[in-house]
Amino acid sequence: MAGSTASASEVRPARWWVPWALMLPGLLWLLVFFVIPMVSMGKLSLDDGGFGNYADAFSNYRELIPRTFLYAFLATVICVLLGYPLAYVIAMRGGRRKNLLLALVVLPFFTTYLIRAISWRVLLGDQGPVPRVLRSLNIIGENTSIVGTAPAVVGALAYNFLPFMVLPIYVSLEKVDRRLLEAGPDLYASGWRTFRKVTLPLSLPGLFAGSLLTFIPASGDFINVEFVGSDAQRMIGNVVSANFPKEQFRPELSALSFVLMALILGGVLLYARLLGTEEIV
Amino acid sequence: MSTQRRWVSRILDGYAALVLVFLFVPIAVMVVFSFNKPRGSRNYEWRQFSLDAWKDPFKYSELKRAFLKSLEIGGIVTLIAAALGTLMALALVKYRFTGKGLIGTIIVLPLTMPEIVMGFSLLTLFVNLSWDTGFWTIVVAHVMFCVSYVATTVKARIRGFDWRLEEAAADLGAGPVRTFARVTFPIIAPGVFAAALLTFALSLDDFTITYFNSGRVRTFPVEVFTQKRSRIPPQINVFGTMILLAAAVIAISGVLVQRRRNRLVA
Repeated sequence: MAGSTASASEVRPARWWVPWALMLPGLLWLLVFFVIPMVSMGKLSLDDGGFGNYADAFSNYRELIPRTFLYAFLATVICVLLGYPLAYVIAMRGGRRKNLLLALVVLPFFTTYLIRAISWRVLLGDQGPVPRVLRSLNIIGENTSIVGTAPAVVGALAYNFLPFMVLPIYVSLEKVDRRLLEAGPDLYASGWRTFRKVTLPLSLPGLFAGSLLTFIPASGDFINVEFVGSDAQRMIGNVVSANFPKEQFRPELSALSFVLMALILGGVLLYARLLGTEEIV
Repeated sequence: MSTQRRWVSRILDGYAALVLVFLFVPIAVMVVFSFNKPRGSRNYEWRQFSLDAWKDPFKYSELKRAFLKSLEIGGIVTLIAAALGTLMALALVKYRFTGKGLIGTIIVLPLTMPEIVMGFSLLTLFVNLSWDTGFWTIVVAHVMFCVSYVATTVKARIRGFDWRLEEAAADLGAGPVRTFARVTFPIIAPGVFAAALLTFALSLDDFTITYFNSGRVRTFPVEVFTQKRSRIPPQINVFGTMILLAAAVIAISGVLVQRRRNRLVA
């Protein structure tokens, strides 16, 4: 198994059941409350209608599914553009302030998610600072709203999951052997060339992990649409949560959740296969 | 060449600083708007400075009740998840056994699954078992995803430790309890402490999974969401600011402790 290379400090248990006994309570908890519900949701998605439920889900939500993944994808791209340079500067140039800077990256996310969404609503609201600035610069018209548009939702999504991008990239950049970077200029490579040929490839595991950790929660989110979006931006999460609790067992909704899960599971398993499970968190 | 490189570095530093500022903009809004006296029932637009919300943070008893409920749930979840997750981490780091890769994958999966999928599927389980959703189903749900965080955090912190020290303690006549108390626990304690803090924060902040499995019980985030339809008072911002201050104190003391330890080692 990639990633779980046996380290020298591992020992063979004196009795085979010792590690299993240690893991038992936690493992049972995960099996009963995570694995089994997933399986039963999968089963439910096939109730009265079989795979027809999936066809229903796709045809009833023809716009919703691609839109959800498009928004999550755009948010992930924005996170890379904002997060990579930040992680790079902290890892390569942070010096003794590295830990402090990392704490600063994470700190905003210790305020309740809902309150951050309210703050975005304040910032983007018709009388808020962002539309005012844009209006005074004539970028948007006098009566144009930002709340209820796709950029508002994508921007809020990107903001909320930015640390999930920064931290894994930071971890993989931190591990880069500095002597390799010094070798670049010694061999007359330009800074950009050294970055492209050495730094970037070495940070790809972090970049990939960060993209997964951003894309996944973004694709399942429904809070940001609730606060800064409108019906025109509804995502899968909004449909699943809006029909709850009165119609919680409509197979179609299970099918919708299952599509979300299956796509993401595919991505995670691909990642684990290529790079192992150690790097992902 | 070197001037060019210096310029590139400067631009990069500036860009990174801007991103860091961007991260704090909504937080600044939260703090500033805790001093607002909003016109309508929703604290969305600035009107005038006021200390009203800070003078009377518990004005809305539902918010206060929900906040206390969140603290209570967070405490219970932290105790259970820290214990179960630490045991898993110990087994995974210390022993070599077959099936390890599979266990690792099962632990990582909850961290990579959208919350809405976990919340929704867990609810289907509770309904199938005809368990009424409420306080304990929230605890069950939180422990479920927190166990994974604890296991991965603790695992990362205790990897590479030389477990023969335990054998050495046993050889010197220490029993299993004494060995755990004097050797094992001091080694894993910082990792467990960090994981427990993270668990508490995650439990306090969780909205989506809780929303599906809370029945009539309302945690702080669920209460805020429920009230959104009728009102958003500045008291919500006061609570948020207090949570942020607590987190900042803990984070900064963590950095300071780390720094001191590094200095002691160096």
